[in-house]
Amino acid sequence: MTDSRVAVSGGPAGRRSYGERVFSGSMKGAAIAVALILVGVLVFLAAKGGPAFGDGEGDLPAHATNFLALALPLAFGSVWVAVVALLFAALPAIGVALAATIYAPSARFGRFLGAVLDLLAAVPSVVFGLWGLKVLAPAMVPLFEWLHAKLGWLPFFSGDPSVTGRTVLTASVVVAVMILPIMAAMCRESFALTPPALIEAAYALGATRWEMVRSAVLPVARSGIVAGGMLGLGRALGETMAVAMVLSATPDLISFNVISSENPSTIAAFIASTFPESTGSRVNALIALGLVLFGISLLVSIAGRRIAKKGAQA
Amino acid sequence: MTATVPNPTAAASDIAPGALAASTAPATGTAPTTGLVPATATVTAPLSFDAPGSMSISDVSCYYGSHLAVADVSLEIPGRAVTAFIGPSGCGKSTLLRAINRMHEVIPSARAEGTISLDGVDLYAKGVDPVAVRSKVGMVFQKPNPFPAMSIKDNVLAGLIIKGQRPRASAADELVERCLTRAHLWDEVKDRLRKPGDSLSGGQQQRLCIARAIAVQPDVVLMDEPCSALDPISTLAIEELMRDLARDYTVVVVTHNMAQANRISDITAFFSLASAGQPGRLIESGPTGDIFSAPKVIATRDYIDGRFG
Repeated sequence: MTDSRVAVSGGPAGRRSYGERVFSGSMKGAAIAVALILVGVLVFLAAKGGPAFGDGEGDLPAHATNFLALALPLAFGSVWVAVVALLFAALPAIGVALAATIYAPSARFGRFLGAVLDLLAAVPSVVFGLWGLKVLAPAMVPLFEWLHAKLGWLPFFSGDPSVTGRTVLTASVVVAVMILPIMAAMCRESFALTPPALIEAAYALGATRWEMVRSAVLPVARSGIVAGGMLGLGRALGETMAVAMVLSATPDLISFNVISSENPSTIAAFIASTFPESTGSRVNALIALGLVLFGISLLVSIAGRRIAKKGAQA
Repeated sequence: MTATVPNPTAAASDIAPGALAASTAPATGTAPTTGLVPATATVTAPLSFDAPGSMSISDVSCYYGSHLAVADVSLEIPGRAVTAFIGPSGCGKSTLLRAINRMHEVIPSARAEGTISLDGVDLYAKGVDPVAVRSKVGMVFQKPNPFPAMSIKDNVLAGLIIKGQRPRASAADELVERCLTRAHLWDEVKDRLRKPGDSLSGGQQQRLCIARAIAVQPDVVLMDEPCSALDPISTLAIEELMRDLARDYTVVVVTHNMAQANRISDITAFFSLASAGQPGRLIESGPTGDIFSAPKVIATRDYIDGRFG
């Protein structure tokens, strides 16, 4: 009995354990590598950017007198553009996801819509930037004038509207188009996971399709929608090229006005546009700005997880 | 119960021509000889095919795409009584049940032909909104499906909340208590109405779903194997409830449990299919006592005796 057991474990089991060792070793290695890369980036940002936190006038780009005066308006601009973009993208993302799952007249149409969204995600950021600059911005000008005339009493639309159209509103619309695919994909996934039993329950109570969506699909998908929103927000915060190309920026400005010719810049766009002409301590300041953006993205990600968890429990 | 003795010549023929004749002469033409005398001990009032909530199914066929799932069913369902659909898997009894409140067509490509009327009104007539049909003909499913994001109380009110017609506080409390009492659940949940609907046991969830179904004041409650996911004690509770519900509602139940059909139903309809892939057909229907003690068709007897297949 003992012999046979040894024989069994000595043969194929020995080979299997070798393969298993290789497999689990490489998985562990990959996991450790991811953590190391993250730590490495943090160390790089802290080491190279750290000195800039104490820098004064002359060492910083954009004629800033201290680091906070440089970072605060840019951090505001990043969050502001991202939040406005999120507002624009949220409803279309949910709508497209519903169209692809619940309202699709056939499964084929749903797949087609999904493919179109994936294509949208594949368009390079530079192309969106060009489109925003050359097509969208001029087209938005009449809308700005209308908004200013009708809703000028709101701080968002006060002051003279931009004549070039290169404003926060235009940049946000471009970013919204860019984050739409990821948000819609997240929503689509969570809608598709609605238990059929709940859909039937709603219909059996005499619900119309929209009433069914409201009572059965959306409550269950809430955490998925929030998670999609946070992913979109994270992406919008880091979006560089399109914003740098579209936005006509004044880096030290904090303003909620979305149609003015004077706009706050974002951290990512500022780094991209300032880096080529920066040397010495100014490069350190840009790296420190990167650290700030990293921190903001981290906060958004943590907040997103918290909200998603709460939604899943409710 | 308004009409204890149905008048075949006047009242019944107003609703559906030859309603009584049709009820005793299903597709096979094998009619039970006795009339409308209650068959089981649990029946307290004579069956009536013109009581409120009576339904008439005539020449109904159900399709999934081009596949014919149920063929040419004609059947009378008495109001305020329990009608049981029995038969082997795939015989189309659930499909037919879903056609009764037009849940069938929620599935893309699914459709039904023929006439199904409730109190003489054709539910498949042009211009009839399936949404309106489903609020008159409620449904309870195989697996209890309370809304997990809603409290027990809100689950009872779900049909109204969905429609944006949440009643005021006191009216809501009254309706919730009435429906939960009617569903034999009030005493068990009255102290935790704010807890989520899926915090209850399976049997309690199913009774919650029944309370939810009757809260929108339907005439008919359809039940698709309501006990198949429940333990015997919960099953017994639901069976008692079904008998009780039949005092105010027309109950149609699909079941694989023949003892259950025998215990709770007034009318039994037996469905079967010639072979796999063939459409399901109504083989025989009649008072439950007759179907179980003296079936007219050999297939029915074989199935009831457990000699099917």
